Amino acid sequence: MSELTDLGVKAIRDGVAGGSFTAREVAEAFNAAVAEAADLNAFIVTTPDHALAAADAADAKRARGEDLGIMGGVPIGMKDLFATRGVQTTAASHILEGFTPQYESTVSQKLWDAGAGMLGKLNLDQFAMGSSNETSYFGNVSSPWKKNGTNAAMSPGGSSGGSSSAVAARIAPAATGTDTGGSIRQPAAFTGICGIKPTYGRCSRWGVVAFASSLDQAGPMARSVEDCAIMLEAMAGFDPKDATSLKLDVPQWEAGLSADLKGKKIGIPKEYRMDGTDEAILKSWEQGKEWLRDAGAEIVDISLPHTKYALPAYYIVAPAEASSNLARYDGVRYGLRDLPDGAGLQDMYAATRAAGFGDEVKRRILIGTYVLSAGFYDAYYTQAQKIRTLVSQDFEQAFGQCDAILAPTTPTASFPLGSLNEDPLTMYLNDVFAVPASLAGLPAMSVPAMVNDDGLPLGLQIVGKPFDEQGVLNTGLAIQQRAGFDAQPDKWW
Amino acid sequence: MSVTREEVAKIASLARIKMGDDELDTMVPELNNILNWVEQLGEVDTSGVEPMTAVIPNSLRLRDDVVDADPLTAGGRREDVLANAPAAEHGFFGVPKVIE
Repeated sequence: MSELTDLGVKAIRDGVAGGSFTAREVAEAFNAAVAEAADLNAFIVTTPDHALAAADAADAKRARGEDLGIMGGVPIGMKDLFATRGVQTTAASHILEGFTPQYESTVSQKLWDAGAGMLGKLNLDQFAMGSSNETSYFGNVSSPWKKNGTNAAMSPGGSSGGSSSAVAARIAPAATGTDTGGSIRQPAAFTGICGIKPTYGRCSRWGVVAFASSLDQAGPMARSVEDCAIMLEAMAGFDPKDATSLKLDVPQWEAGLSADLKGKKIGIPKEYRMDGTDEAILKSWEQGKEWLRDAGAEIVDISLPHTKYALPAYYIVAPAEASSNLARYDGVRYGLRDLPDGAGLQDMYAATRAAGFGDEVKRRILIGTYVLSAGFYDAYYTQAQKIRTLVSQDFEQAFGQCDAILAPTTPTASFPLGSLNEDPLTMYLNDVFAVPASLAGLPAMSVPAMVNDDGLPLGLQIVGKPFDEQGVLNTGLAIQQRAGFDAQPDKWW
Repeated sequence: MSVTREEVAKIASLARIKMGDDELDTMVPELNNILNWVEQLGEVDTSGVEPMTAVIPNSLRLRDDVVDADPLTAGGRREDVLANAPAAEHGFFGVPKVIE
């Protein structure tokens, strides 16, 4: 038998349920792999005891002949944006260093209820703001991948970079991610794994550190489409504690998986052929069309005319919401307090926030404060919200002609850490293909397609109609089966 | 449109983030870069377009009118609420003196 750490969610769950190995053996194997992989810096804290306790509970249930749950015996990584009771939750920021929630986020609780355990809290871009995992207060995360013939540390993408790195390095079979403007899909593409952002409102935001509330969605990251389907089922569901939670039953996505796309139409948006997109990415997109044709789908050309305005609109809407959401970090109720000698309340706020937020977070708070300020609100914020309506209408019209959309996930493959830092704008452009679906609240997934000439993974993105995660997963499965992506990074950590 | 150093200092003050001279020097061109780039949104004719407020049609619910219906978010949890406070005093959040 292969090593336990090579197994994904489904294989572990079924293996534990079938008695091929115990959940404890699995948890021990992954705990050891996590302990060995400090060089990746994927985890901010590790929680081996949490994983072992959940494993023992699963093994005990099996001994009693009880149902183990759909994630029974599977240890996972938890992005450090989810509040976990008794376990430090930082959003990779200094301002929340040492913050120990007294409650559990809905999504993490659902995963524990489904039988999963926690290997640790995963590193990320600070407050999920970043596309390279270089804005964490706790240091950069390295991708397990290297460019052929070089030894430079590569970006695992962001903001869910600890999640993508850990899953690609097989130190976790799966991990939670959150996606505000590509933070699940872009890191998944950079590291050769799968990740799905469901329809806005599928997963509760309760207990998830807020970035931009009208965009934030949680989702799973794993090495196969099947594993994503299983884990999303465990994470999703109505939550009265989140005002934007969808009051819908959770579909049985795993049982509904089918790679037969006969009768389905897949749209190819012409506006996604942008200057600056890698040749290899365009090639993988062409290949993706072939794979989907082979699966029985019809490929149709579509137009999403406002695509080029999605990214700038996002960089108004998201910072505006962030500036409001992050007003809560004031040094009074939780987190860091910086109280200079003789300072009053206002000075304490300003000193605390200066010491507690990183540069990118400050930049976005300032942008957000500016676009919401008197005199500029309509020109920036209202205009961006109107563009958001137009972007959303583009998709609505396109879905009159197709069932799902195929596009690249990112304009380039991963890049070396430190190579895009000189200009925030260049970094923002990484999410140019991911952001439109976020603005429209649509389910969207990245699946690995191939490696480029440098030996780095490339992802393909599938965007679906609202609530049609099944269509997205099925299209992803058709690609997965034909891509046969089995490249793995060489272990250097 | 571009912002001046004074304007950035004003925004930072509104956002309650203390900024030194060096930080302002870096921030001004960065913000201007981003603001110049988002200017392109002005090209789009949005007359007659409603600004989006809810991305997925969803009506806001009212919860049942029951006191402490969900114990997790109910009252009577002062210790939990104060557990992470940097300066909890006498069962309250402590802050520097605000009234002379």
